[in-house]
Amino acid sequence: MFKEIPVFSQFPTSGYGYSEETKPMLNTSHGFIPWGDSHHPDISQTAGEIDGRFIFINENNTPRIAKIDLKTFETTEIIEVPNSAGNHSSSFVTENTEYVVAGTRFSVPIPQRDMPIKDYKGNFQGALSFISVAPETGNMDIKFQVLMPGFNYDLSHPGRGKSHGWFFFTTYNTEEASTLLEVNASQNDKDFIAAVNWKKIEEYVNNGGGTMMPADYAHNVYDEHTHTATSTMIKEVRVVNPIDVPGAVYFLPTPKSPHGCDVDPSGEYIVGNGKLSANLTVHSFTKMLAAIEGEKFDGEAYGIPILKFEDVLAGSVEQPGLGPLHTEFDGQGNAYTTFFISSEVVKWKLGTWEVIDRKPTYYSVGHLTIPGGNSAKPQGKYMFAMNKITKDRYLPTGPEMEHSAQLYDISGDKMELLLDFPTHGEPHYAAAMEADLIKKRSQKIYDLEDNKHPYAAFSDTDTKVVRKGNEVHIYMTTIRSHFSPDNIEGIKIGDKVFFHVTNLEQDFDVPHGFAVLGQNTSELLIMPGQTKTSIWEPTKVGVWPFYCTDFCSALHQEMQGYIRVSPASASTPLKWSMGEDIE
Amino acid sequence: MKKSNIIMLLAALLPLGLFLFPLWKITLEAPQYPTPLGMYIHINDFSDANPHDIKNINLMNHYVGMKYIPDAIPEFKIFPIGIIITVIIGLIVALKGNYKWFLYWFILMIALSAAGMYDFYLWEHDYGHNLDPKAILKFTNSDGTQMGFQPPMFGSKDILNFKAHSYPRLGALFLTLGIGSSFIAYLVGKKNNKKVVASE
Repeated sequence: MFKEIPVFSQFPTSGYGYSEETKPMLNTSHGFIPWGDSHHPDISQTAGEIDGRFIFINENNTPRIAKIDLKTFETTEIIEVPNSAGNHSSSFVTENTEYVVAGTRFSVPIPQRDMPIKDYKGNFQGALSFISVAPETGNMDIKFQVLMPGFNYDLSHPGRGKSHGWFFFTTYNTEEASTLLEVNASQNDKDFIAAVNWKKIEEYVNNGGGTMMPADYAHNVYDEHTHTATSTMIKEVRVVNPIDVPGAVYFLPTPKSPHGCDVDPSGEYIVGNGKLSANLTVHSFTKMLAAIEGEKFDGEAYGIPILKFEDVLAGSVEQPGLGPLHTEFDGQGNAYTTFFISSEVVKWKLGTWEVIDRKPTYYSVGHLTIPGGNSAKPQGKYMFAMNKITKDRYLPTGPEMEHSAQLYDISGDKMELLLDFPTHGEPHYAAAMEADLIKKRSQKIYDLEDNKHPYAAFSDTDTKVVRKGNEVHIYMTTIRSHFSPDNIEGIKIGDKVFFHVTNLEQDFDVPHGFAVLGQNTSELLIMPGQTKTSIWEPTKVGVWPFYCTDFCSALHQEMQGYIRVSPASASTPLKWSMGEDIE
Repeated sequence: MKKSNIIMLLAALLPLGLFLFPLWKITLEAPQYPTPLGMYIHINDFSDANPHDIKNINLMNHYVGMKYIPDAIPEFKIFPIGIIITVIIGLIVALKGNYKWFLYWFILMIALSAAGMYDFYLWEHDYGHNLDPKAILKFTNSDGTQMGFQPPMFGSKDILNFKAHSYPRLGALFLTLGIGSSFIAYLVGKKNNKKVVASE
């Protein structure tokens, strides 16, 4: 592991989600949410190829999409997705990162309202959100939401090459059940893959189409110059009824509750991994266009035309395994599908649909990743499988353990297991790319000259302590191997003490930490050139130490200070020093 | 214009390269600095080899009580003036003088360069030996004397965990070529002078 990047969850190691600067990142319309359930990272693309600028990732539970800047490997933007619930068919990007797409797993009343659950059918809807990504900055904005029938939208992938401009979503629960879904959502012989012509809807929207619906969602943006995030509440969102845009959405019948929805590098084949089906269904984009052209429909669902299964079917892989979930591609005409129930990865050939090889996984694989998998140019040398069940693979750690993953060499005809490794659970999905794409852009430090934090201090002598009522702001600096100031007096019980700590270092990998006894937020880890703020509300009179929590230097153990807390009624003057006693 | 005077003209102009390129470079290598720390010494400035290197050299050196490398030293004012004056003298010599004057200029430059090097050595010695008595880390040599941290004038040297390299850069090459050329101008001028004398 090179780095754990906090996105939707608080991370006490660095103070993410605890520091004053990053608390706004976790703001939502439901208030501050300290955790998330992230699923599918996807790397930004240019012309169908991974460009290594950003990673997008979805939060399933309180629907959000985040952007991680690969210059710094830090989360720099989070947008909440209104009208969505169980943000699962997310967060996949189009060929030029025009959009990052977020589909809802659960259909819900739109807008949300108090209504009987049993009235689900026909009343609940599923929102598919198209979040535009600004080409230069990467700034996200919900361009429009397509309000679809009340199915579950499970996974999605963009068209590419010839199918660029389309987006494909698997659905299940086309039965529209609201209870005991394991049975009631498994009745239909076929569910659908929804094919959405987003270019057509984009044009409709650009011409004023759709309606602005009242909404309430947070847009949180981190500014790397102020080192501070801001959260803005947005009060409306543009929604589109798909039947208002003729030719924008079609349903492709796909057997048995398809899970993964994967598009091959050429953009021709759309794989529907019917998780309860004996066969793996592959649709043809060319045949889909011909069927649309020929208007050969097999009825409609809520006004959306259903194409005939036989008309769009490219072929199926016959009985490849049990419980297919996800497929990725090696760029050499082969596909690799995971099978949860039979616990294996199966390699098969696009076009001939023959099975070439199979390898067991340990155990019950979910997603698999080939570097560049969701792009027109996968680098098909390695593949790794991320499993849901660990059991006896590694040394025992009691009932709860980390999860297992396996790395395979796929450069030959036969897959070869290279490494079986435990990893932080649950390893849901991964995005991978050639390291060179990020290496040359990776930032080493934050330039102190670019630090625009309002409470930054830029030298040891620039530090100060300022009282504003019961708020005390300490403008503090760190540099090997001391804090300035390191003696502070005049704090009283009832004060809210803001430690604004600036790391004056400008050398690669010289962070300093900050911790004070009784700190009920978290420690701070401040990278060179950065300013971070921790609030401390002392509850006890005394002289309390603070210290550096990152082993910064040979004199790290000497990097400490004291803060004196007096009773609320005391008249201890506010004073501070470094290198000499407070007189 | 005589061939020797043309060479002398060139010799007089070459030291101006000191205003374009650094004179010297000191590099410090250690395992935890995969990109070594480095400092260029120009005729009128110190500069970072990579951003923030001087700041980081200072930070590291404060542990053993070394002073911060100053932003400016008096030499940064004196040396450029010295170079400009000697260039002007060199140009006058090239335009008006004969080969004997070329030799005088050569000797002048050697003397001034030696003085410059000695001055640099004094600064380096002070920098490496005049340590803060409250230094965090104190080291002594095997004979009990205080260990100094003077970087080498020329070449490479181990200093605690660092390997220090000190080598001339392009600016020094220009100066050397200039001084060398003035001597060549002298030799050429002398030879031609003999021919002229002989042919008379």
